[in-house]
Amino acid sequence: MLEVTQLTKTYGHGPSAVHAVGNLSFRVEPGEFVCIVGQSGCGKTTLLKCLCGLIPATSGTAVLQGRVIDRPPDKLALVFQEYSRSLLPWMTVRGNITLPLRSKGIDSTRRDELAEQALTAVGLVGSFDRYPWQLSGGMQQRVAIARALAYQPEILLMDEPFASVDAQTRADLEDLVLRVRDEFDVTVLFVTHDIDEAIYLSDRVIVLTPPPTRVREVVDVDLPRPRDQIATKGLPAFTRLRAHVFELIKRPADSAGDELSEQHTT
Amino acid sequence: MTRRLRAIGLESALPVMLVVVWWVASADSESVYFPPLREIVATFADVWLFDRVASDLIPSLVRFTAGFVVAVASGVGLGLLIGLSPLLRRATDPLVDFLRTLPKPAIIPPAILFLGAGASMKVFIIAFGAIWPVLLNTVDGVRGVDADTLDMARVYGLRRGERIRRVVLPAATPQIFAGARLALSIALILMVVSEMVASTNGLGYFVLLSQQTFAIPEMWSGILLLGLVGYLFNGIFVLAERRALRWHRGWRAAALGQAVDTGAAPARPKNIIPQAADT
Repeated sequence: MLEVTQLTKTYGHGPSAVHAVGNLSFRVEPGEFVCIVGQSGCGKTTLLKCLCGLIPATSGTAVLQGRVIDRPPDKLALVFQEYSRSLLPWMTVRGNITLPLRSKGIDSTRRDELAEQALTAVGLVGSFDRYPWQLSGGMQQRVAIARALAYQPEILLMDEPFASVDAQTRADLEDLVLRVRDEFDVTVLFVTHDIDEAIYLSDRVIVLTPPPTRVREVVDVDLPRPRDQIATKGLPAFTRLRAHVFELIKRPADSAGDELSEQHTT
Repeated sequence: MTRRLRAIGLESALPVMLVVVWWVASADSESVYFPPLREIVATFADVWLFDRVASDLIPSLVRFTAGFVVAVASGVGLGLLIGLSPLLRRATDPLVDFLRTLPKPAIIPPAILFLGAGASMKVFIIAFGAIWPVLLNTVDGVRGVDADTLDMARVYGLRRGERIRRVVLPAATPQIFAGARLALSIALILMVVSEMVASTNGLGYFVLLSQQTFAIPEMWSGILLLGLVGYLFNGIFVLAERRALRWHRGWRAAALGQAVDTGAAPARPKNIIPQAADT
């Protein structure tokens, strides 16, 4: 599905260069739900921008379904952390969801159909003709998710999507994402700094080191599905996984698994 | 409804009062320069209903509108180009600064040389003077579009044309309107000035001619009409702005954390959180 091979991203040149992402490799299989966790400032946003084809990698490749990502792929959608900036306030909910479909050359009847289907899936079907700013934060992020789903992606990237909403809304949205990914049969790569969220949602958790960012460990999450906010989080296995991931993130950089910074060149 | 009436009453109280004072104070005036308001109003009705409408008012309005439209259209167009290209912006910066600070009436003499004393000269002067606030605000607005918003447009495959038309331009409209509002008053000023310098009709021409022929009530009636025209255009502009930027008001109110429900009663101000007492 998605294969990232020795990806590096360096800003600037020479001694003042900033190694945002250093030699990162991982795979995401079709249908998987993979979370990426790491401390803030560990290059998660840079990584996502490379995967979206917004910025070129310094070296290494990201391949989506056999195609090297060098510009935004058609089959990829992104949900931003800041819904207030990624939704256009001058367009209604309908306008926001159908705008990308228009560029895809989908006719207007089909556009409305896709939008309605996506809005129904996120439970906002009555809000078609409202403006984003008339909705609460959680509802706005649901509109952003609906926009991504209506785009019919094979892979959905989510960049700390629930960092700006309150805890209760966050739990609801987590369950919503789990539900719609089944319904729409989409692969999800989810970036977060919240360990509980990562374990609760995923099949695998990719733990990153501080910059220059590498993979510290890939943790398999073999918790039963469907997940449940109370039951799943009460399992002893959940607690064990959380402690393990927590330790990986907090552990000092020198004890990291493999060789590092000398390896990448600018 | 009563609120609305009260607001209208409050807004019109001062103008009405001033007119009454003017009317009463000038009633017995024998001064040639300050005729009684009664006389000015009578002259106004004589001249402008509708004797000189076609000969002076209409030409002025046409020049003004043409100049303003040209200024806004070319200001937005050039502003988009410059705003989207850092290279072009650096290259044009000094020129734009030079031209926008140049006192606009100074170019009337060369404009007459090149374009004659006709309508095209006046439209040119008006457009040349009014374009700058639109241009500069468009550049600012275009450059200020949020980086996340632009990323979104690219990730979701919007082509360049669509990104400009549906994302960049709408995002810049609040600033474009602010620039156009300034352009409106500049356009009106330059309409009058250009008509005073070289014209055989128009409001500016009429006011100057009346003064030169000692038709003082006519002169005042022309000034009165100019004031009314300006007021009217501003009113139309404000209405258009309100319509076009309805989303912006709602969005801003929401960003400030007020309850938003378009068309409903204005949001109540939030309670101020009582400060903790000093220990």
